[in-house]
Amino acid sequence: METAIMVVIVMTVIGLVFGLILAFADKKFSIEVNPLIHIVDDILPKGQCGSCGYAGCMAYAEAVVLNPEVAPNLCIPGKKPVADLVAELTGKSAPEIEPRIAQVRCKNTITHAIKKYNYAGVEDCIAASLIQGGPKGCEYGCVGFGTCVHSCPFGAMVLGEDHLPLVDEKKCTGCGKCATVCPKEIIHMTPIGAPVAVLCNSRDKGVIARKLCSVDCLGCGLCTKSCLFDAITVENNLAVVDPKICMAKCTNPTCLEKCPTGAIYDLKMV
Amino acid sequence: MEYFTLFISAVIVNNFVLTKFLGLCIFFGVSKNLNASIGMGMAVTSVMTLSSMLAWVVYNFVLEPLNITFMTTAVFVLLIASFVQLLEMIIKKQAPALYNMWGIYLLLIATNCVVLAVPLLNAESSFSFLKSVVYAVGSGLGFALAIVLMASLREKLRLADVPKPLEGLGIAFILAGMLALAFTGFSGMITL
Repeated sequence: METAIMVVIVMTVIGLVFGLILAFADKKFSIEVNPLIHIVDDILPKGQCGSCGYAGCMAYAEAVVLNPEVAPNLCIPGKKPVADLVAELTGKSAPEIEPRIAQVRCKNTITHAIKKYNYAGVEDCIAASLIQGGPKGCEYGCVGFGTCVHSCPFGAMVLGEDHLPLVDEKKCTGCGKCATVCPKEIIHMTPIGAPVAVLCNSRDKGVIARKLCSVDCLGCGLCTKSCLFDAITVENNLAVVDPKICMAKCTNPTCLEKCPTGAIYDLKMV
Repeated sequence: MEYFTLFISAVIVNNFVLTKFLGLCIFFGVSKNLNASIGMGMAVTSVMTLSSMLAWVVYNFVLEPLNITFMTTAVFVLLIASFVQLLEMIIKKQAPALYNMWGIYLLLIATNCVVLAVPLLNAESSFSFLKSVVYAVGSGLGFALAIVLMASLREKLRLADVPKPLEGLGIAFILAGMLALAFTGFSGMITL
């Protein structure tokens, strides 16, 4: 009986002592956390994609609340609604965010391309591209193992049957994570609504490019001449469409028919 | 010399994770990347050391004189849990950089078996204060060694071609088994 009482007393005393110490420490070591940080964190999309330039949604929320110089529109996946809310909560003015989407600039499928060798290693584009620039003949094109697909935090990409990644326009938030992991840099973040694009990344000279792939841009420049608004430029044997000019001015794209290899695509049809 | 053998025995020969199979939940949970595992190793080592000191004092000055050593487990659980809370508060306030590095792991180990095991074993073998500190530091470093080894292996594993059914935890268990097997090679080298 005596032992039982002793146990009860000791446990109570230890519990009390620690309770008091903790209560005291809670007061003494309390840190004022701005409640706004949690409110802002709650309205961010939680993809933890890092396209704002911070380590995650929480880190951005902290920065945007505490630092007056951090802009409220850095969250690209959140688009305008989130930027507006963040701006309202932090009392900053929100400049427009341009909605963007991932665009895969390669149509080099296995049927279109020649192969250098049979690759039997790890199914990963970065690993495969370390060996002679990847198994496909064209060293600028899609490697086709879907590293971008696995990297997408919003599940907006799938690997098509032809081993080229497809972007779900409804799910793509434009965070740009796929563009950074692609070892060939074939994924570009482009404004939504551009009418045409050159879906090729090959900088090979026309003759070589022609041998390696049947749908690539030769850099011939026929499209440049046909464009009425100078929206297309050829650099390093690759034509690039400036989507801003294209969106603003062009109503009847003539470049589509001019391309000898069909490397320019009507994006509404794709 | 006696302290040295005790230390080596705690780090390698009687490694808590790989020969006594304690602390396995954090061993598998936080060994996915190397940086996190280093943070976890550091957190476990420091909490283990500090709570062993505290537990030694309570055991030798409260529990033993009052003859209620059968309550040791319950008292130590209470002790460690509240101590970790306290430590977290202090670090958060005094050293925010340190808190960012391993603050999140602190609460994970508040009720962990490996942290509880060390003070209990100290009490059981009635070590002196210095001996229990050495033993706690050694056990903590042993844990850190095991988790860092595991994390390095698992980082390599990410690029390996693992059979589908074994992906993730399955292959991690097999790896841990092999590591443990390797560590049994040390058994018997030091007997205390």
